[in-house]
Amino acid sequence: MLKLEARPEPSRIAGWLSPLLAAAATLVVGFILFTALGKDPWVAFHAFFVKPVSTRYGVGELLLKATPLMLIAVGLAAGYRANVWNIGAEGQLTMGAIFGGGVALLLQDSTSALVLPAMMVAGVAGGMFWAAFPAWLRTRWNASEILTSLMLVYVATLTLSLLVHGAWRDPEGFNFPQSKMFGEAALLPILLAETRLNIALPIALAVVALAWLFMRRSLAGFQMRVAGLAPAAANYAGISAHRTVWLGMLIGGACAGLAGVGEVAGPIGQLLPSVSPGYGFAAIIVAFVGRLHPLGIVFASLLMSLLYLGGESAQINLAMPSAVTGLFQGTLLFFLLAADVFINYRLRFVRWSRRAAHA
Amino acid sequence: MPLHPTPDPDSPTRMLSAGLPDTVSNFLPRLRLSGITKVYPSVVANDGIDLAVLPGEIHAVLGENGAGKSTLMKIIYGVVQADAGTMQWEGREVDIATPADARRLGIGMVFQNFALFETLTVVENIALALESGRAGPGLAARIRDVSAKYGLPLDPRRPIHTLSVGERQRVEIVRCLLQDPRLIILDEPTSVLTPQAVAKLFETLRRLAAEGCSILYISHKLDEIRALCHKATVLRAGRVTGECDPRKESSSSLARMMIGSDLPHPRHREARAGKPALVVSGLTLASGDPFGTALANISLTVRAGEIVGIAGVSGNGQNELMAAISGERTQADAAAVTILGTPAGRLDAAQRRALGLAFVPEERLGRGAVPEMSLADNALLTAHREGLVGHGFIRVGAVREYAVGTIDAFGVKAGGADTAAQALSGGNLQKFIVGREMRQRPRVLIASQPTWGVDVGAAAQIRQALLDMRDAGAAVLVVSEELDELFEICDGLAVIAQGRLSEVKPLRETSIEEIGTLMSR
Repeated sequence: MLKLEARPEPSRIAGWLSPLLAAAATLVVGFILFTALGKDPWVAFHAFFVKPVSTRYGVGELLLKATPLMLIAVGLAAGYRANVWNIGAEGQLTMGAIFGGGVALLLQDSTSALVLPAMMVAGVAGGMFWAAFPAWLRTRWNASEILTSLMLVYVATLTLSLLVHGAWRDPEGFNFPQSKMFGEAALLPILLAETRLNIALPIALAVVALAWLFMRRSLAGFQMRVAGLAPAAANYAGISAHRTVWLGMLIGGACAGLAGVGEVAGPIGQLLPSVSPGYGFAAIIVAFVGRLHPLGIVFASLLMSLLYLGGESAQINLAMPSAVTGLFQGTLLFFLLAADVFINYRLRFVRWSRRAAHA
Repeated sequence: MPLHPTPDPDSPTRMLSAGLPDTVSNFLPRLRLSGITKVYPSVVANDGIDLAVLPGEIHAVLGENGAGKSTLMKIIYGVVQADAGTMQWEGREVDIATPADARRLGIGMVFQNFALFETLTVVENIALALESGRAGPGLAARIRDVSAKYGLPLDPRRPIHTLSVGERQRVEIVRCLLQDPRLIILDEPTSVLTPQAVAKLFETLRRLAAEGCSILYISHKLDEIRALCHKATVLRAGRVTGECDPRKESSSSLARMMIGSDLPHPRHREARAGKPALVVSGLTLASGDPFGTALANISLTVRAGEIVGIAGVSGNGQNELMAAISGERTQADAAAVTILGTPAGRLDAAQRRALGLAFVPEERLGRGAVPEMSLADNALLTAHREGLVGHGFIRVGAVREYAVGTIDAFGVKAGGADTAAQALSGGNLQKFIVGREMRQRPRVLIASQPTWGVDVGAAAQIRQALLDMRDAGAAVLVVSEELDELFEICDGLAVIAQGRLSEVKPLRETSIEEIGTLMSR
């Protein structure tokens, strides 16, 4: 008989092994799925996981898409460690894009080197502004930030839609719902020639390093971890629950807002009705696949980025439905949560025990 | 207390303990363990344990925390399985695979770490443990009857998570008694009872024993064992190190058998009390929880250089009072709590700590310490003002030093500063928490159940540390349900009952009987 037995201490090895196990199980499901759809699974895997990164441009795309994912995920992870469940990064990203894009449109003709920094500051402020609502509702009225942050996503995307359909629509844009193209000074410099990869990547990596420093080495980060692990201990030590909620939400909002600027000042170059293919939601998966650890998040964002690219590639080369990307993401998170059991439990084979003999 | 029952020289008990062969079926032990061994990944909990309990015998199992008592009891009750060894129930070999098997045989258990479902009510928890035929509509009434009969007042409809530690233990005892068991295992049953209730419980246990029920009694209270038990088996580090008739031993000889050395005795000098350091005045606080206890007009003064104790049965407002003083719950009236002259009612726990307050809470895991975090991180939890943080960043070396210093100074048995708090035994973690708080040199120290579930050696050390704090000029407030402890260390004593606090009386002007009467009001 198989038996799940609690480990005396959580296993560190299993903590790192669990994402790999989940990735392997996802591949097995993919294999079955492709076979069922009548595709040769090896060809499909090649199209999904190898072809997208077999060119210089492809590698650039991989890193380009991983950038917002790691940026948002590392911000969310700070909150998640403190039991602050910000689900609305997509909305905070959108608001960051609106604020940053607004600055770019305002300084359309400027050639100053300060345009980009101003956009980033505005984007961070926009993301924090949007995250402040759930934080306030939670601390003032005890409203669940899970619901309020999620609902505000739709408000943010509709606000963006309103702007690009109305006030900010490009008068020379043939009535398409889009803003003017940003000026040259408002675009992120390209990092790798012949690709779209820009300097948002090193900025994101720097933020990841700062997040590590904050969570591991600062008192405030430590106190957030305490609040997440043992709320009663946090209260006992006098760690303010309100401050924890505010910090957790604002860090997540700031990172998402910055990622929003990275999108509109990077590959997009203007404001469109939609500025993200769901990075804000995918980053939730990235944060958990990466074990809420900055380094793990970097790797997880690369994996998630590959799933995006593979989904596109599979659509083009194999005429697979676009739902395949979402399906892979969901399967991965599902298996990850299942594999997490082994961090705190281990499998043991035991004999069937005899029943007690009694009168 | 009279020693009862005194066996006559020809009783079966006496004959068996004299070593006669137990071939006569009447004299068979109710339970006999042979060579019981249980090995955990990190520790040998039981190492070849032999034990025999006779019908009608009250048999003590003595040992420090971590000696293997609880593991042995869980094996008997079918919660864990032994790796080796056999169990005989009334002469027949049995294999007890689950607690349900144990209950069918007639074994009942009152756990030390309560095995209760937090979200269910008292009556639901008890119904779950009973054989299907016995639960039913009349169960709530029977719970009330049994709890009233044994002086263990209990509301059957309350959910477990709203009960205090003491009340949870009552649920366990009542649940066990409802099953008409033939062997009852009691794990530290009296730690949360008033002296009167202890006397009542002992009457009950003696009556049960006289009716032929066997009792396995685990306790660290040596006086109780000497008053109650017919036989004692002493465990140390998983092995049986001695058997004796506790009625013929002194408390110090029992303690020596248990810990292998003499007990340190706290030296208690006369207090030199100074200015009021902690003043609670007219504190009235509605309970934050529908089943909690509201505090009614509590006033209390603790002066520098004295220890004031608060006695009471758990669930009478102790938790609420300590949370109100520590700042975990703030008050609208700033003057409700004054710390060293500063009105602190509106200050949170961190601000009160900055004034010079330190707190040892009742719950160690999850409140006094973060279970998953290392001892170093747990030192940082409250001691970060001790130069462990610079410019908002953690000084890793200083934190380790503080943790290691605490481990060394208080004799904490732990692998080192990187050991997770949850890997420590209850007593060792408590020593670490007490040490962490005391090394901050607080001018006001409040401690809730400082020695609850802690072995005698560690308890003596913690009491001595509290006295040392007092002698160094700190004001100390101790809430405890152990009257012996309060009488040993306190200079003044008050009683809390139903959210009201009696006047603080100097120790020499009161007696255990008076305090006990106030407690059961």
